[in-house]
Amino acid sequence: MDEKKKVGVFVCHCGRNIAQTVDIEKLMEKVREKYDVELVEDNMYMCSDPGQNLLKESIQAKNLNRVIVAACSRDMHEPTFRSAAQEAGLNPYLVEIANIREQVSWVHDDKEKATEKASKIIGSTIEKVIRDEPLEPLKIPVVQRALVIGGGIAGIQAALDIADAGYEVTLVEKSPTIGGHMAQLAETFPTLDCSQCILTPKMVAVSRHPKINLLTTSEVVSVDGYVGNFKVQIRKNPRYVDVDKCNLCDDCTAVCPVVVHDEYNQSLSPRKAIYIPFPQAVPASYVIDEETCLGIDPLICSKCKDVCLVEAINFDMQPEIIEEEFGAIIVATGYDTYPIENIGEYGYGAHPDIISGLDFERLLSANGPTQGVIRRPSDGKVPKTVVFVHCAGSRDPAKHLPYCSKICCMYSTKHALQYKHLVHDGTAINFYIDVRTAGKDYEEFYKRAAEEEKVIYVRGKVSEIIEDGDQLLVKGVDTLLGEAVEVHADLVVLATGLVPSKGTQEISHLLKLSCDSKGFLKEAHPKLKPVESALSGIFIAGTASGPKDIPETVSQASGAAAKAATILASEFLEREPQIAQVDPTTCGLCHTCINVCPYGAIYLDEGVRRITVREALCEGCGSCAAACPSGSIELKNSTSEGIRAQIKALLQG
Amino acid sequence: MNKLKVAVALGATCAGCDVAILDLNEKILDVIEIVDFVFWPTAMDFKLDDLKALKDGEVDVGLYHGAIGTEEDEEIAKILRKKSKIVVAFGACANFGGIPSLTNMPYESKMFDVVYKESPSTSNPEGTLPQKETEIEGTKLTLPGIRKRADSLNSVIDVDYYVPGCPPMVPLIEQVVDVLRVFVEKGTLPPKGAVIAGQDTLCKECGRTKPETISYKEFVSPQEVKEIDPDLCLLSQGILCLGPATRSGCGALCTKMNVGCRGCLGPTDKVDDHGLKMISALTSLLEVEHEEEYTEEDFDKLLEKIPDPLGTFYRFTYGVSMISKLHPDKEE
Repeated sequence: MDEKKKVGVFVCHCGRNIAQTVDIEKLMEKVREKYDVELVEDNMYMCSDPGQNLLKESIQAKNLNRVIVAACSRDMHEPTFRSAAQEAGLNPYLVEIANIREQVSWVHDDKEKATEKASKIIGSTIEKVIRDEPLEPLKIPVVQRALVIGGGIAGIQAALDIADAGYEVTLVEKSPTIGGHMAQLAETFPTLDCSQCILTPKMVAVSRHPKINLLTTSEVVSVDGYVGNFKVQIRKNPRYVDVDKCNLCDDCTAVCPVVVHDEYNQSLSPRKAIYIPFPQAVPASYVIDEETCLGIDPLICSKCKDVCLVEAINFDMQPEIIEEEFGAIIVATGYDTYPIENIGEYGYGAHPDIISGLDFERLLSANGPTQGVIRRPSDGKVPKTVVFVHCAGSRDPAKHLPYCSKICCMYSTKHALQYKHLVHDGTAINFYIDVRTAGKDYEEFYKRAAEEEKVIYVRGKVSEIIEDGDQLLVKGVDTLLGEAVEVHADLVVLATGLVPSKGTQEISHLLKLSCDSKGFLKEAHPKLKPVESALSGIFIAGTASGPKDIPETVSQASGAAAKAATILASEFLEREPQIAQVDPTTCGLCHTCINVCPYGAIYLDEGVRRITVREALCEGCGSCAAACPSGSIELKNSTSEGIRAQIKALLQG
Repeated sequence: MNKLKVAVALGATCAGCDVAILDLNEKILDVIEIVDFVFWPTAMDFKLDDLKALKDGEVDVGLYHGAIGTEEDEEIAKILRKKSKIVVAFGACANFGGIPSLTNMPYESKMFDVVYKESPSTSNPEGTLPQKETEIEGTKLTLPGIRKRADSLNSVIDVDYYVPGCPPMVPLIEQVVDVLRVFVEKGTLPPKGAVIAGQDTLCKECGRTKPETISYKEFVSPQEVKEIDPDLCLLSQGILCLGPATRSGCGALCTKMNVGCRGCLGPTDKVDDHGLKMISALTSLLEVEHEEEYTEEDFDKLLEKIPDPLGTFYRFTYGVSMISKLHPDKEE
């Protein structure tokens, strides 16, 4: 406090970005005149090497102990200038940015006033920098193990990448097998490779990988801690079949008396209460559906157990809570499809021959309910005319989803094309608003369907679908001809969009991840941090953050894995020390801060009856400081007194 | 032992502060042991001339309660300052302007209209308003003029110590007596500017338990609640309570009676604007769990349930609030 504050101000021209609206010469003159500063310098590009050198040399030559760089947003180059200052021997937290680009030159025209404003912003920043105390970054030890939540293609890829990088991974999946929605798909656009054929090798790789601990029928129930040190509780629900003993003989399903809908086949076929989701399921084991099985409390039936020669079945299995620590978490909880039951104009999903795109995937699949022969659900006949309705329940802010789900145009095109391959004399009609084919080889795929395979594309929305004899009458409009269109179809496939899965919603609450207005997880930055969440150490991959196709999902998974690996690679993490601190003399323990903290970083330490900040968790957002009704919380280097002084400097003439 | 010479002067006050001193009951005897009241017009027969007659600095401790509402209040405060070694702002009005300072909201002329013409219980067909001077049958009568603002004591004179509260509660007055006794016996005093009350906030002495999340769907008056949980934080039951933002020291008198804290001890040392801090905390907590589901209109509806927000959040501190500065006196 006692040492004289020697402030150096460095003004950046940012080429013409700043200089064309701010009179740099005049600004420097004003700053010299009005404020108590040791030196004012300028450079064409402060972030360039010469600019940084100027900063370093001036710090040493003039013995500066406080530095202001008047340039762009602190989001851009604060780290640049802080490390430059550090190289010159100055504590990096004694460097502040005065934003005269985004907040001045880019938003004003009047050069004189802009220059005046820039000078005030610098004056205000001087009030901050002279109050700044040197800080040291926080050092936090790292648990070198990752948790991946969700066993679809995103989770599988992320787990494999992290494991291949040499770190242990726990992969948690709610259902009895990994594979996710991709395992339900027939072929994939635009290459038409069989989805299962490209997915199952990865599933097997997961099951074999020595570094991957796979937990199916499991859910994350609580997450505590922070980057590098998450403490996670996982509930492993009983599967009632011992994975290691089960030899997949299938004797049990033959005797099981309980018949229910098979969710893997979108309820288009039955399964038993003991079942294997699909033949290539990982782990390769049968499972008992405890909701419908008659053997679990009370024990009414034990037929499967009686025929199981390897004694794999155990009705007494109990849920198990597993507690583990992780350094990083990847959330890959995927999507659900928009329920066709919500779409009144298309029959509320009540008509058996109006089905969803995912239902149609199962009809197309060789291992589906019809063994890959297209049969309509109502009477099993092969449909001769199939209407594919794009944007069913999408791009309709008044009634349904407001957004475009990105993949539906392509999957409907694929559906129509595959249908034509299977039913040569069939007619496929696609009703579309726009055909969106932004992806590698997507446009070519669409052209092939429309031109070579004679799929009919009608530009217009379907207004209504009604039953007409044993057919469906599809009423719509062809907006290119400006005519009403009516088509009789044997089957209608609704290309429904993607919505956040239930698991995504649950995990967002559990991890305190923020969601966008549609309920998808919010990225830390939509462009520059697409796989990071706002919480450090928690990453997002795949459709949990919004609709994506498979290539994008897989690249996100690899991206998230790489991000996670950068955390796992270090023994210690450094964190910004500009965090909240509580003054216990005025704190009344009112709990307001605990409630407003979005990161769970504040708690009441019952032992000493004090509000305490978990340093590693605090992101320094300041929510608590603003809300604290006794004024007891301040962020380091952002005191109330300092903020007031900054405001005053801005308002003074 | 020399007794301390104490003067109790008053401004815009309800005289509740005087009663509060008498509320010491038998302890008043301890006070009399160490104190000689040289001026206390509410309790004894004193006139302002008695105070004026004292030598400058002759009074050891001058207590002042009430806001500076009239020109006379200001004059008395200045005389008290001149005559006293130590001046104590006693009670919410002297500390923060108190309830009288809520009149700073409408401007003088308007305030007169509200009080002397428009209030439902007033019959004033001639529209007579208070005059500084009036002549009746050849005699000139005068009244002290009303200031444009009712202010805290420290806005007109230098104040040494502060005792907040409306009125200051017995435990606080006992603390004052202790301070005086130490002064008499050892000659030592607390640092200048000290507030004789708690340092932290009411929540700490309230004793009600805080639920895991404090989040309320609506605000209710205590009488609207069928049964108030006597052990649970009032805010979490939807009852507006300024406790989180209000200095401790009262012993949680109100919340013990299922009444939300009204904020009469003012904010902590760290806070300038009591009401603003409470609004900030309250709105931060408002439906904190369902924030994203709410529209601005939904929030407005919730907030509409707060009767008279200004009078609620600034009941005692409007005079020293930042928000009161947003009302420049345009009607000059």
